[in-house]
Amino acid sequence: MAAEREPPPLGDAEQTDFRELEDGEDLFISTASTLEVGFLSLYVDNVNRSEATEEVSLDSPEREPILSDEPSPAITPVTPTALVTPRIDPVMFERCKEELEEEANGDSFDIDISVSDPEKTSLSIFNKKEFSVKRRFSDFLGLHSKLASKYMHIGYIVPPAPEKSIVGMTKVKVGKEDPSSAEFVEKRRSALERYLERTVKHPTLLQDPDVQQFLESSELPRAVSTQALSGAGILRMVNKAADAVNKMTIKMNESDAWFEEKQQQFENLDQQLRKLHTSVETLVCHRKELSVNTAAFAKSAAMLGNSEDHTALSRALSQLAEVEEKIDQLHQEQAYADFYLFSELLSDYVRLITAVKGVFDQRMKTWQKWQDAQAMLQKKLEAEAKLQYANKPDKLQQAKDEIREWEGKVQQGETDFKQISKTIRKEVGRFEKERVKDFKAVIIKYLESLVQTQQQVGLFFFLSFVKDSVE
Amino acid sequence: MSAAVEDQDNSKMRSVSVDLNNDSSLLIDIPDALCERDKVKFTVHTKTTINVFQKPEFSVPRQHEDFIWLHDTLVETEEYAGLIIPPVPPKPDFESPREKMHKLGEGESSMTKDEYMKMKQELEAEYLAVFKKTVQVHEVFLQRLSSHPVLSKDRNFHIFLEYDQDLSVRRKNAKEMFGGFFKNMVKSADEVIISGIKEVDDFFDQEKNFLTDYYNKIRDATAKAERMTRAHKNVADDYIHISSNLNDLSAEEAATLKMYLLKVVELFEKLRKVEARVASDEDLKLTELLRYYMRDIQAGKDLLYRRARALADFENSNKALDKARLKSKDVAIAEEQQQLCCQKFEKISESAKKELTSFKARRVVAFRKNLIEMAELEIKHAKSNVSLLQSCIDLFKNN
Repeated sequence: MAAEREPPPLGDAEQTDFRELEDGEDLFISTASTLEVGFLSLYVDNVNRSEATEEVSLDSPEREPILSDEPSPAITPVTPTALVTPRIDPVMFERCKEELEEEANGDSFDIDISVSDPEKTSLSIFNKKEFSVKRRFSDFLGLHSKLASKYMHIGYIVPPAPEKSIVGMTKVKVGKEDPSSAEFVEKRRSALERYLERTVKHPTLLQDPDVQQFLESSELPRAVSTQALSGAGILRMVNKAADAVNKMTIKMNESDAWFEEKQQQFENLDQQLRKLHTSVETLVCHRKELSVNTAAFAKSAAMLGNSEDHTALSRALSQLAEVEEKIDQLHQEQAYADFYLFSELLSDYVRLITAVKGVFDQRMKTWQKWQDAQAMLQKKLEAEAKLQYANKPDKLQQAKDEIREWEGKVQQGETDFKQISKTIRKEVGRFEKERVKDFKAVIIKYLESLVQTQQQVGLFFFLSFVKDSVE
Repeated sequence: MSAAVEDQDNSKMRSVSVDLNNDSSLLIDIPDALCERDKVKFTVHTKTTINVFQKPEFSVPRQHEDFIWLHDTLVETEEYAGLIIPPVPPKPDFESPREKMHKLGEGESSMTKDEYMKMKQELEAEYLAVFKKTVQVHEVFLQRLSSHPVLSKDRNFHIFLEYDQDLSVRRKNAKEMFGGFFKNMVKSADEVIISGIKEVDDFFDQEKNFLTDYYNKIRDATAKAERMTRAHKNVADDYIHISSNLNDLSAEEAATLKMYLLKVVELFEKLRKVEARVASDEDLKLTELLRYYMRDIQAGKDLLYRRARALADFENSNKALDKARLKSKDVAIAEEQQQLCCQKFEKISESAKKELTSFKARRVVAFRKNLIEMAELEIKHAKSNVSLLQSCIDLFKNN
């Protein structure tokens, strides 16, 4: 039952371990020396991998930017997350590196793109290697709407654009200088960057003239039809509703088990991703809370240190306050990583899967069209048969023409259906490959952010409290 | 629900007040405690060589209310007016984990079996932590008494340790408790009056200002520390949900990604255990430290208050003596009264000075010990986190 006991400090018993503390003395001389040496070597390994040096500067090391260090929207270039690996590289395309910077000036919301093509033997798609254009948010939406109308109905998975947010935009337009509008701007900038990267990674979309024009031309016609409350916007909403109704009424005879399987898979994936996304959002929220609470505690500890009349303890409390303040910064940065790496990845994929489901729906519509054509052909054949019996030669010719027309349509319908099925198979295969790559890359990046944070935490405490008594 | 308190954990828990219980003539500990619904029954175990006790070793069951009784009788003992009476241990508070357990029960249907089991485990651990903390704080209270040269000899203290019947007959009945509350109110009014008295002694003047200011600051720091620790715990719990969701996700995935995800699931499981430790270490070394010394400083303030009242009595008796001399009536009585007051005041002052000085030393030592320990633990946990993460990253990068 007797655990280690230290002698009481009440004055009478012998003072073996504790020295008499005088006011001016340094309070914290730790007895654990091996601890810090071990930690130092681990730290050196990770940060200065390329250097063989033993020396470690005890100043806080430069933290390598994983993503933008400052949350402020001012000109912070962000190195993109997705550079296509050189292994599988058909000569035709890829290798498009993008940097998205943005400025918000006055009441308009401009976005700068600089696209640089590092391939020396570059493809003749773009005229220059590095260039920069200004685009409005609505331009992005316009691009997406064009691509969707061109490609979705034939089975291509078009990456969805970020959503409009009336509340957020109003705040920015009003010119509020608070951190939440800065955050909103940064969030939007990052989302647009990811959107563009996904779009240009798609081999077919990269070839599209609209995409190239978007990236290259200095002037772009204003995309008016993207406004939420415009006529086109309302038309879009009506179409969406009609589609939803149609989907319910179409009963397709699925002859291809692959499609059925895949649809189920994506349905499950959708659900799981949404749940995970919710959990990660909670984490982001709690980590922000932790940061705020740590900052509050740091201030309180500083005040306590000021009140303390024992000099060494007062200094120690101030040191504690400083450490906690630095740690609160770390928590905040980690919360950003939680959000921009993890949470946004998940929300992107939730929306991407909606696009995938949309493409499957298009296939159903194509099938329906084919079926309708067949039904119509059947009617025409029956009509022709009736006319033959009734012996009306002039109408008969017309009927035969119509039959030919509808035979053509049936053929077209079948071709279309076969084509869209083929395209979707290819697209889904590409999508899944990209998804796996994406997830893996982001997981690694996210874990690296956690490592950075933990290393800093350890270092801060080490520097403040556990001074090396063995020199 | 009963829980035996493990000793190795005990040595970690016994962090707040730097260790007492070294004098082998009177060793006290609480080796065991039982939790029945809302009431905790502590087993107080004493080992002694002092003859005043009937046996050299004995144990008695005690409830929280018995501790309150002991504290209050000590406070009310005139003879101890010049001493810092160790602060009464706070009532065991299982409200927070109980509420969380209730919420968890309500949300059971929305999470997977595995997730639910893990959350339940976490809550049970939290419950246990609260339990251990309350045992520790009651134990420290008794040990402070046993290591104090004067208080350890108190008759009521000995009764508390030894009397093998239920103490409730000696405890405050309802009327007295109400009286106690009323007394507190009068005391606050008194404090206002007394703070108007001019302090002649620099030492006490400084101490009064210092303790009042420090009390406010430490109370604020305690509250903020508690919020910080709780936020930390929330983050650790979030890892459980994320880990579980990733697990569900991996079930649907093809081989390559599945392996990745399962590794991440495993990693998050380990990480959250470390984070939970970080939170609980912070809680013990920082929040509990601050909380304990906040109460201790209040005890110091109480001592100053008692001295101030003695000073007021002394001054009043002086005035009464002057009046008596003027009227030449009852002078002898007034003189005697004045002598008494003077003696009482001087006794308290002398004792208070000693107590307050040793209190400061005690506080400094305790802070030093706990802050260093906390820093070392933070470093240790950061290291484990780094190595867990790094090995996972290396595995992924090499694949």
